[in-house]
Amino acid sequence: MASLPPKHRLQSSAADSAATGQHEHHRPRGLMRWVLTTNHKEIGTLYLIFSLTMFLIGGVFALVVRAELFQPGLQLVQPEFFNQMTTMHGLIMVFGAVMPAFVGLANWMVPLQIGAPDMALPRLNNFSFWLLPIAFTLMLSTLFMPGGAPNFGWTFYAPLSTTYAPPSTTFFILSLHIAGISSILGAINIIATILNLRAPGMRMMDMTLFVWTWLITAFLLIAVMPVLAGVVTMMLMDINFGTSFFNAGGGGDPVLFQHLFWFFGHPEVYIMILPAFGIVSVIIPTFARKRLFGYASMVYATASIAILSFLVWAHHMFVVGLPLVAELFFMYSTMLIAVPTGVKVFNWITTLFRGSISFEPAMLFAIAFVVLFTIGGFSGLMLAISPADFQYHDTYFVVAHFHYVLVPGAVFSIMAAVYYWLPKWTGHYPHLRLSQWHFWLSVIGVNLTFFPMHFSGLAGMPRRIPDYSLQFADFNMVSSIGAFMFGLSQLLFVVIVIMCVRGGKTAPAKAWDGAEDLEWTVPSPAPLHTFEHPPQYRPVEH
Amino acid sequence: MSGGSYYVPATSKWPILGSLAMGVMMVGGGTWLVHGAVGSPLMLAGLVGILAVMVLWFRDVIRESMAGLYDAQMDRSFRWGMGWFIFSEVMFFAAFFGALFYVRTLALPWLDGEGAKGVTALLWPDFSASWPLLDPPDSRISGPAETLSPWQLPLVNTLLLVSSSITLTVAHEALKMGERQATHNWLFGTVLLGTCFIIIQGVEYYEAYHHLGLTLEAGIYGSTFFMLTGFHGLHVIIGTIILASILLRIRKGHFSGANHFGFEAAAWYWHFVDVVWLGLFIFVYVF
Ligand code: HEM
Ligand SMILES: [Cu+2]
Repeated sequence: MASLPPKHRLQSSAADSAATGQHEHHRPRGLMRWVLTTNHKEIGTLYLIFSLTMFLIGGVFALVVRAELFQPGLQLVQPEFFNQMTTMHGLIMVFGAVMPAFVGLANWMVPLQIGAPDMALPRLNNFSFWLLPIAFTLMLSTLFMPGGAPNFGWTFYAPLSTTYAPPSTTFFILSLHIAGISSILGAINIIATILNLRAPGMRMMDMTLFVWTWLITAFLLIAVMPVLAGVVTMMLMDINFGTSFFNAGGGGDPVLFQHLFWFFGHPEVYIMILPAFGIVSVIIPTFARKRLFGYASMVYATASIAILSFLVWAHHMFVVGLPLVAELFFMYSTMLIAVPTGVKVFNWITTLFRGSISFEPAMLFAIAFVVLFTIGGFSGLMLAISPADFQYHDTYFVVAHFHYVLVPGAVFSIMAAVYYWLPKWTGHYPHLRLSQWHFWLSVIGVNLTFFPMHFSGLAGMPRRIPDYSLQFADFNMVSSIGAFMFGLSQLLFVVIVIMCVRGGKTAPAKAWDGAEDLEWTVPSPAPLHTFEHPPQYRPVEH
Repeated sequence: MSGGSYYVPATSKWPILGSLAMGVMMVGGGTWLVHGAVGSPLMLAGLVGILAVMVLWFRDVIRESMAGLYDAQMDRSFRWGMGWFIFSEVMFFAAFFGALFYVRTLALPWLDGEGAKGVTALLWPDFSASWPLLDPPDSRISGPAETLSPWQLPLVNTLLLVSSSITLTVAHEALKMGERQATHNWLFGTVLLGTCFIIIQGVEYYEAYHHLGLTLEAGIYGSTFFMLTGFHGLHVIIGTIILASILLRIRKGHFSGANHFGFEAAAWYWHFVDVVWLGLFIFVYVF
């Protein structure tokens, strides 16, 4: 351990730079630099690149689905393969694209926003990341296995995923285990960082909302990923060792699967949206040049959403034959979540009110988020009405709902974050015109794709079926055109990011004039090591 | 919140090797389950890899800690890390306990026709719900002939684990007061108690499989029984190994009265395993 830096090297600045120089000297180069890195910025970059890759792969799967649905009838793919595509699309997007993107943003930005030099447990951080490529290589490899990939939908309901599942399901379960371990360890790291590494003087109520929402998200992850691990373990045992968890013949119950899955699954959807709330709550004040309206109420709203999210899971199961009390309980508890969510939307709009607003690309995405996410929230409320859900359930209306909250919701927030922080990461502003093109193509594409699904769903078109009756043809054709438009415009996004890494208008430390948080006090691009001395934090009144 | 300096550890090759070993183990395990024995060497190789990485990784951390590289802040990070890790374990067990409660209080009575959902009773009209479930609905699945009495080996095991938590606490107090020999002895006793627990659990499983017809395949009773006690048993084994390594470290002269987070983390883990057992004893064996 001779190569370890001496303990107190960070206390004097002369010793500091000398030691850092030496540190650089010992750093592995080339590929090994990325393989061995314990630096939160490098690991954040790895997460983001991984997520973008998965986003493109999952996107191709979605386009296969939309191409088949372009017209009624079976044209392009076999129904079996269609099912594999819908399943893999959902799994890859949820576990491979959205979640790792937020973890990547947390890696980059949480230490910078709280004035910490790195994550609390840097080696664990490296471990958390490198588990992901392994998990998803394994998951994608099921496509090439005999019997094909998982074909039972991203919710993998038993007995479709046990008794009637392809043999590759065992590998799928194991890959989810690896991804789950990665998430849990990542979340532990983020929690420990936020609780323990804040700059001296920074109280909890001084943290940015991005940090707050991630703190609460990390708690959710640690609470529910183990439940997912438990439920897939039961599947594994039912498939391979003859247990009866989800087999009524042995005294188990397939509905038990749904309860366990959604006890994980509903908090999981908040895992995918709370950090988005945080991002938007950071971006809107910057470009409205006003302080966030209702900071404290935002924090409490986030916390209450998180707590309520443990009490609503069976709104996904209204039609499985729950007892009446359960229907009522889950209906009302679900509607209750709309209250804190409404508080948030109100606060964003009030922040915009009388602000001096400018529409940089990040802001465009953030505003689109507020509008379009709210549409998804309203369709959620419609679904929450249990008697009405008997009509909507398993139709395209549900697909419309969750894509509104996830694509112009979670995904737009990620893009907003990328446009917002690219100057900090690369030292350059992203190309303005192209970014604007990307935004408008994306907004139009998203709405073309998902808005008609409300109508086809209300008219009764079932989800996850490769063929449909003729009256749905027009809506589907529009959806497919929109999907290709959205998908292709993401290539533009890739181009913009690559261009921005390579050059562009140089950005100063404080890249946006309205930005107040701690990350804008370090140079752009942020040097590999920041805040090696804990900065003294001066509280602001919220 | 921070003191004056930050400790940022150097790069390390253990995480990536650990990830690779994990991948090898899972691919091997999956191959073993789906395609048979060809997978098992791969799975074992992966497992050995993971264990080796853990040993080497912890060795580095211990060395750094002994070299005085860690400050109070690092210590707090470890504490938060371990605490939240144990919370995640709690939730893992919660899933299995949840399954147990759901089946016992809802699913089985419903299959028997209780409640507003009488239709489920039409599936197996002759089925009558009971717990322990000796006669699963489908006659092709044979339930256990008998279940284990809580007041024999399980009671002994309860006493063993509870006293092991006590001996561990005594060892901890001794360590805080700097009485190393006493620490060593009490810790040794704890490891011994843990080992006895594992052996007795093994005997019990043997009984269950060979004399009672209580197996994983014996319907939902066998499923919940073995998954709950099995995962718990696995945790006792891991906990015992952890405590044994702490014992070795005590012998080597590691830890001081004020500074012994490795010891404390192991103790937290052990108490957690103990509490889970109490839940098991009550809800799996007694009621
Ligand atoms: C006001 C807040 C919300 C309410 C009241 C709500 C309500 C619901 C209900 C009742 C369903 C079940 C519909 C059915 O299957 O019949 C559902 C499905 C879904 N929701 Fe939401 N939701 C809300 C917000 C969100 C958010 C923020 C997300 C994710 C970011 C989300 C993601 C999903 C997903 C993925 C599904 C479909 C799962 C599936 O069956 O594949 N929802 N929502
Ligand atoms: Cu939900």
